[in-house]
Amino acid sequence: MAISLMSGKVTVSATVNGEPTEWLCEPRETLLEVLRDRLGLTGTKEGCSNGNCGACSVLLDGRLVNSCLVLAVETEGAEITTVEGIRGEKGLTPVQRSFLEEAALQCGFCTPGFIVAATALLQANPSPTEEQIRWWLAGNLCRCTGYDKIVRAVQKAAAEMRGEA
Amino acid sequence: MHAIQYAAPRTLQDALEILQEYGAKARILAGGTDLIVQAGTGARSVDVIVDGKRIPELMHLAFDPADGLTIGAAVPCCRIYEDPQISRRYPGLADAVSIIGGMAIQGRASVGGNLCNASPAADSVPALIAYRATALIVGPKGEREVPVERFCTAPGRTVLGEDELLLSLHLPTPPPRSGAAYLRFIPRNEMDIAEVGVGVSLTLDEQGTISGARIALAAVAPTPLFVPEAGDSLAGSAPTEESFRRAAQIARDASRPINDIRGTIEHRKHLVGVLTRRALERALERARQAG
Amino acid sequence: MTTEKQYRVIGTRPVRPDGVDKVTGRAVYGADVTLPRMIHGKILRSPHAHARIRGIDTREAERYPGVLAVVTAEDLPDVDVVLAVGEGGDVNMRDASHNIMASGKVLYQGHAVAAVAAVSPHVALEALKRIKVDYEPLPPVLDVRKAMAADAPLLHEDLFTDTMGQRSEHPSNIASHLIAEEGDIEQGFREASVVVEREFVTHTVHQGYIEPHAAVAEWRDDGQLTIWCSTQGAFSVREQVAQILKHPISQVKVVPTEIGGGFGGKISVYLEPVAALLSRKAGRPVKMVMDRAEVLAATGPTPGTYMKVKVGADAQGNITAAHAYLAFEAGAYPGSPIGAGCTTVFAPYRLKNVRIDGFDVLVNKPKSNAYRAPGATQAEFAAEVVMDEICEKLGMDPLEFRRKNGAKEGDWRPFGPPYTRIGAIECVEAAQASEHWKTPLVKEAGSSRRRGRGVASGYWMNWGGTSSCTGRLNPDGTVALLEGSTDIGGTRASIAMQFAEAFGIAYERVRPQVVDTDTVGYNDVTGGSRVTFGTGYAAYALAKQMQREIAAKLAAIWEVDPESVTVEGDRYSAGDKSVNLVEAANLISEQGQQVVTSVTTTPHNRSGAFATHIVDVEVDVETGKVEILRYTAVQDVGKAIHPSYVEGQMQGGVAQGIGWALNEEYIYDENGSLRNASLLDYRMPTALDIPMIETILVEVFNPDHPYGVRGVGEVPIVPPPAAISNAIYDAVGVRMTTLPISPARLCAEIMAKNSARA
Ligand SMILES: Cc1cc2nc3c(=O)[nH]c(=O)nc-3n(C[C@H](O)[C@H](O)[C@H](O)COP(=O)(O)OP(=O)(O)OC[C@H]3O[C@@H](n4cnc5c(N)ncnc54)[C@H](O)[C@@H]3O)c2cc1C
Ligand code: FES
Ligand code: FES
Repeated sequence: MAISLMSGKVTVSATVNGEPTEWLCEPRETLLEVLRDRLGLTGTKEGCSNGNCGACSVLLDGRLVNSCLVLAVETEGAEITTVEGIRGEKGLTPVQRSFLEEAALQCGFCTPGFIVAATALLQANPSPTEEQIRWWLAGNLCRCTGYDKIVRAVQKAAAEMRGEA
Repeated sequence: MHAIQYAAPRTLQDALEILQEYGAKARILAGGTDLIVQAGTGARSVDVIVDGKRIPELMHLAFDPADGLTIGAAVPCCRIYEDPQISRRYPGLADAVSIIGGMAIQGRASVGGNLCNASPAADSVPALIAYRATALIVGPKGEREVPVERFCTAPGRTVLGEDELLLSLHLPTPPPRSGAAYLRFIPRNEMDIAEVGVGVSLTLDEQGTISGARIALAAVAPTPLFVPEAGDSLAGSAPTEESFRRAAQIARDASRPINDIRGTIEHRKHLVGVLTRRALERALERARQAG
Repeated sequence: MTTEKQYRVIGTRPVRPDGVDKVTGRAVYGADVTLPRMIHGKILRSPHAHARIRGIDTREAERYPGVLAVVTAEDLPDVDVVLAVGEGGDVNMRDASHNIMASGKVLYQGHAVAAVAAVSPHVALEALKRIKVDYEPLPPVLDVRKAMAADAPLLHEDLFTDTMGQRSEHPSNIASHLIAEEGDIEQGFREASVVVEREFVTHTVHQGYIEPHAAVAEWRDDGQLTIWCSTQGAFSVREQVAQILKHPISQVKVVPTEIGGGFGGKISVYLEPVAALLSRKAGRPVKMVMDRAEVLAATGPTPGTYMKVKVGADAQGNITAAHAYLAFEAGAYPGSPIGAGCTTVFAPYRLKNVRIDGFDVLVNKPKSNAYRAPGATQAEFAAEVVMDEICEKLGMDPLEFRRKNGAKEGDWRPFGPPYTRIGAIECVEAAQASEHWKTPLVKEAGSSRRRGRGVASGYWMNWGGTSSCTGRLNPDGTVALLEGSTDIGGTRASIAMQFAEAFGIAYERVRPQVVDTDTVGYNDVTGGSRVTFGTGYAAYALAKQMQREIAAKLAAIWEVDPESVTVEGDRYSAGDKSVNLVEAANLISEQGQQVVTSVTTTPHNRSGAFATHIVDVEVDVETGKVEILRYTAVQDVGKAIHPSYVEGQMQGGVAQGIGWALNEEYIYDENGSLRNASLLDYRMPTALDIPMIETILVEVFNPDHPYGVRGVGEVPIVPPPAAISNAIYDAVGVRMTTLPISPARLCAEIMAKNSARA
């Protein structure tokens, strides 16, 4: 056979939050497991491991994905951004700041996922309507807030990033 | 998940060789939004995962008015609806791919995976059938083409042989004055699996009479269900509430749903009627706009 | 008696102290804890809802490479103690022990039967497959009414019904029958000119916190046990673990991590004792994290119910009599929130003739647990739908009816002292005055859509509980505030704000921390809407105590009478001497002294919180799907310390109530197997399912608290199901008495109504 299969532990290299990173893992390990258990990036959360809650949201080559539904071996050569990699020039980004100011978190467990998803949204669409915000964030469950303050925080961050606030 | 083996071949040939060697133990990985869940929960036992996303043919997406639309089997949903030309030409497909899961799912989930997973509730399949899509399959003996309505054979089962894979889907260019739509019913507004789904397409002649129509249903039979007689009932009719109701009734009668966690038999049958009519109305609007 | 007092800190909206960590991913939750040499535990769970365990063979799993320990119920000691765990009610620790590891019988699908610790979670899961359990399946009992039948299969052969202290003759699945009575209902119903009686059914729902349960335990060779876990009450975990393992409480230390939601579901222990046992056997720290299916199938959801409510009113719209029959599913062991259901069912009303019968009934489902206003949502759903129908029959405005019959200070309530100052009527009046209520609703919305408006009220009692805080004055005049109440939704901020207010310093100068059970005095669980009230009370007392200590120390330095030292804001003065807090801190530390103060308080809280909600819905009459168009929640919050977090509690509670009303339910098959144990099929609302939620904060001072605070967290979940059912009636004319009002259920009712009309 022209190609051999990977088994046991394999080496994967990718760029994680801007840094070239290499790790060893088994093919069955998800990106979520590797981020949390092998790379110590526990900001990415596990709420379901089935793609249903969005707590594990990360950017993979700039796309919003559920890291629980990506095998870590798939990310060879990829660029991965987790919540730990979302930083503004002066510390917090407008999205992070407005989540704090608008009280858009209660327990905060869903928050990293929402920060990553909202960041991806505002990159793709700097002026989303309320409906578009709700649509984009529908894959991220929050059980504490009722979403009201989350949607407002995203609206506020969007306005700030457009230079309106 | 038990220990698995993994490969990310860069050529079709390499992928086919692995399938030949491992047969039923191996599965192609596209977006993984079904496969990784199923392997993780033990719903599907997999020993060898073959990532299809590094094979150029599986990631190919192209539209050409003469040839129609070709969707590589591993192309994620987002690439389809983000392409303005494809969304405009195939609004019924865009309807379906933009509601599969949420944004994070659509960044990975493919139409090919949606079809190969062979869930009766798969959203893209009725739309594909409405568009007369065909599936291009490759195996050691070469290529073969199968109409999408004949691709799924039972829940989780398809016509694919153990040594075959789905290469791409092909949708002919919709004729002039045609429109299509996909509607589904879910209890929430997103992140839900269809209780019922209906994909329709219809074409008008120059007088505005329906010259042809196709209707396919999701989640009301063991496989996605093509109901040719429902579409045929419209051929030669004016697009009126009455003709739409008649077609909806035929679709409803053809559906064979079960009671499960996602719906009851009564509600599903009833919804087939409602959604077929609504989908036809939307397709008609689009056909008229397409001019 | 609303206060007009001006506050400096209270009522402002500062950023929470733990906020930056939570938006950057740095905050450490249960599953984020990692220790050197740590291994991973997983639990084997029963596929049967009811079965006898004939034997468990763990030999093959023990031999599986990478496995370091296996435990079963045989590793747990026999216990027989009843422990009060706050809102969770009294828990028989023998039941709790059997719940975390089945002994003799499995009583629900998902019941734990064995656990393995191994070098990785994957290896542990593979090893579980190698444990052989010999089950003798028994018929399961899944419905509360069937479980009450005399010939129902019994979950526990040794369980008898307790009816207000009387023990039944024969064993039964009914653990208790509560009765609350006042006046004469027979007479009351005779006086009524309208009487409405209806039956209600609600299904099991889950708290749905996004963080699954997680615990790490390290049992050292000297017997010291440390547990890191995500819990609503570190002290309660310490007590439960000590009891279940019969290990001295002094040797158990619990370190609470950040907690990703609880809503009542993270009070009981599930993993902690098991992780401790595995750690003891393996000699290594053990981490256990549940997956989502385990959370849904095997933690403590809130009960399904069967209820019957009958209310009578005279022609003027005065309630003359009310009767409620409430049967709640306790799950596999006694202890549904039936008592709270009885207390709250008619709480918003002044009643003269009333009887309430409550039943705690065992079924083969997971042992139920507290969920935000436990028991109240179900009970008040039934009562509030009946009240709506009474109003309809009388042709009376539903808010006017609630105002007219509203409960006031001094009115009777079941099992308890009469109400103190409460804001039931104020909430109704604020709802009547709201922009929402005054804006007419257009009912037609296209050919297949109809709109309707509904209202409902709700009540949840408050609890005081015991709280302790420690304050340490730093040399720069700031204060380190140590708390033991885990912070689920911003309480570090609301406690620090009360401290800052009372201590006369800026909020930013208080650094609150939630610390472990060895570092601060006892705290009851975070639950019962009590933390901002009870721990806030402790923080207030702490501030006052620290001021007295500072004054006393300054008096000694200045050689004046301590009584002569006055405190104004952060300034301490006596005669011509006057220092601010920074100067005071320096003077004190120059003497080689420190101000480190601890207080423990257990305030009375006889009060409670009322709410009145207004909702507009749009029904797709062809599919049965309901959209929430507009929602307004009015609530008596006593005093909003941090208004954003109060609004957040209200909005979050409403969202959970909407989920409960429309889509959330456990779906079991006839064998008692849970069919929808995932967040795709257990449908909690997404951002697209609810609109912005308007909040109106009514502030009726609570005389039991220095700032008038009331617990705000729980009551907002109570009114939504009834308000939505009433709005649906207004839209399409069908009374929905089963929760959730799923599209299939509503569509069937609409079709039945249409065909009856045809
Ligand atoms: C949270 C969530 C929400 C979802 N919502 C929806 C929804 O709304 N509607 C819906 O229809 N589905 C939904 N799904 C299911 C899933 O996302 C879709 O079916 C998706 O289209 C699958 O595509 P994939 O690329 O991820 O497939 P994969 O998981 O990669 O593959 C699916 C199956 O197809 C096989 N396969 C894939 N490609 C090939 C090939 N080229 N040749 C042969 N076999 C192949 C795989 O081996 C596997 O068995 C949801 C899933 C999740 C987790
Ligand atoms: S953990 Fe990945 S979506 Fe829930
Ligand atoms: S803040 Fe708790 S889940 Fe969102």
